[in-house]
Amino acid sequence: MTSPTKEETVFNVENLNLWYGNTHALKNINMDIARNQVTAIIGPSGCGKSTFIKTLNRMVEMVPSVNISGTINYHGQGIFESKYMVEELRTRVGMVFQKPNPFPKSIYENVAYGPRIHGIKKKQDLDAIVEKSLKGAAIWDEVKDRLDENAYGLSGGQQQRICIARCLAIEPDVILMDEPTSALDPISTLKVEELVRELKKDYTIVIVTHNMQQAARISDRTAFFLNGEVIEMSDTDKLFSTPEDKRTEDYITGRFG
Amino acid sequence: MQMINNEKVKKRILRRLASNKFFKWLFIAATGLALLTLAVLLIRIVTQGASSLDWNFMTSFASRRAEDAGIKSAFVGTIWLMVVTAPIAFTLGVGTAIYLEEYAKKGKFTSLIQMNIANLAGVPSIVFGLLGLTIFVRELGLGRSVLAGGLTMSLLILPIIVVASQEAIRAVPGHLREGSFAMGATKWQTIIRIVIPSALPGILTGNILALSRAVGETAPLIMIGALTYIAFLPENLMSQFTVMPIQIFNWTGRPQEAFQAVAAAGIIVLMIMLIIMNSIAVYIRNKFTKRY
Ligand SMILES: Nc1ncnc2c1ncn2[C@@H]1O[C@H](COP(=O)(O)OP(=O)(O)OP(=O)(O)O)[C@@H](O)[C@H]1O
Ligand SMILES: [Mg+2]
Repeated sequence: MTSPTKEETVFNVENLNLWYGNTHALKNINMDIARNQVTAIIGPSGCGKSTFIKTLNRMVEMVPSVNISGTINYHGQGIFESKYMVEELRTRVGMVFQKPNPFPKSIYENVAYGPRIHGIKKKQDLDAIVEKSLKGAAIWDEVKDRLDENAYGLSGGQQQRICIARCLAIEPDVILMDEPTSALDPISTLKVEELVRELKKDYTIVIVTHNMQQAARISDRTAFFLNGEVIEMSDTDKLFSTPEDKRTEDYITGRFG
Repeated sequence: MQMINNEKVKKRILRRLASNKFFKWLFIAATGLALLTLAVLLIRIVTQGASSLDWNFMTSFASRRAEDAGIKSAFVGTIWLMVVTAPIAFTLGVGTAIYLEEYAKKGKFTSLIQMNIANLAGVPSIVFGLLGLTIFVRELGLGRSVLAGGLTMSLLILPIIVVASQEAIRAVPGHLREGSFAMGATKWQTIIRIVIPSALPGILTGNILALSRAVGETAPLIMIGALTYIAFLPENLMSQFTVMPIQIFNWTGRPQEAFQAVAAAGIIVLMIMLIIMNSIAVYIRNKFTKRY
């Protein structure tokens, strides 16, 4: 194992392989993800970035043809072990999707969804969580007077921050983000990026992005994926300034992908 | 090389336009004929039945004399039948749809069930009557009761409800389910809090339309022995009953001319009821579509 010190490692991925039917989508991945850091996943389209982060909260298992081998330890516990409950994992490891996917409910109900399914019923508690989460997602001021309106009436950027608030409301430990800004305009993108930098104080973040500048701006460590393999992973500054692998250099300098 | 010869195109264009026109008028005629038939039917029934249709007609029991005859027992019987049929058919139908869409593994067995449900929708209603007679009336000893009738009708409309509910559930976007699962929700929580609320307008529409089919059915109820002439109201689930279509059928069979008008009045009441139910379904569909 290459992990620096035990407490700092949130996810420890060992020899992970994943197949969709016959497609070998992830090949022998080894990776440590450290606490309170932003880890960026970059790589060309179809290289397995989404597949990889969906494996971390086992959402990938919703695809019926999936086969997985290898281990992922979350705080030292194997998430594929049969006694490990997937619902518990997903409560600790939240996810924000590429396309904003609020529920067709009010803004309030969207954010209260997680706490409700985990058994919080009291109105005051829910109110407090909703306010805290919306503030945490930097959207409280924009929506505080319209909490009862349907979330579909918001702009795409606002919807995405509602989804982030919804994710914060379950008080996760890790937040997975799959290209959270690819459907957003530049200003909303900046807001979400700012938010990610803010959130990393309290959360561990894994973010997939197609945007190299974005990875450079917000992440501490970056992993470069190609054809289902991790080609290189190191501190973001180092990966972008002095990549070790020729393929990484070609990709970040825009020679392919 | 040019493949399209402009000379030939010119020669043929008149013929093409003519056939274009011909088909347009053919389809207009087909639609017109259908509408005309409907109009004639409506006018005939309304002119024939309007004179007999008054409050008395709604509040009187069946009678041997046409001027006293009313639809009260049949109308109330139909309501009773709906009250029994709706919850049973809804529970079984929506439950089956949820199972098939959300739980069942896609495979040979599931598609076999699926195919059978689709086929069931095409089984003649009289066959359901036979089934009801054998199982509910005789085997379970329910007799010719509202309960037996309601159970039979539930079976009759079950396939329609299953198929309509399945379509509504399938139309719920996958990203909503994913959003819920990603929060640590269980399958059941996702179904009850996300899938069903989103699919509910479609499910309700399907249920109401299926129920309106049940309201108009006669054959299975005659089969299980619903009465054609009763001068009392059902008091509980085990009471005997009649329904509007059977009452109407009975009136049209009478030799006296006056009963034809009474039957027409009954048809008007039945049609108004069906139109109201269908309008509610359309209203729900229009009001709740386009939400995601
Ligand atoms: N549900 C699926 N069924 C079968 N194959 C899939 C499925 N999802 C992804 N794949 C395949 O797995 C590989 C990795 O896909 P993935 O979505 O992880 O790529 P990605 O890096 O996220 O790409 P993008 O940047 O375009 O989002 C691709 O070859 C893709 O075709
Ligand atoms: Mg992707």
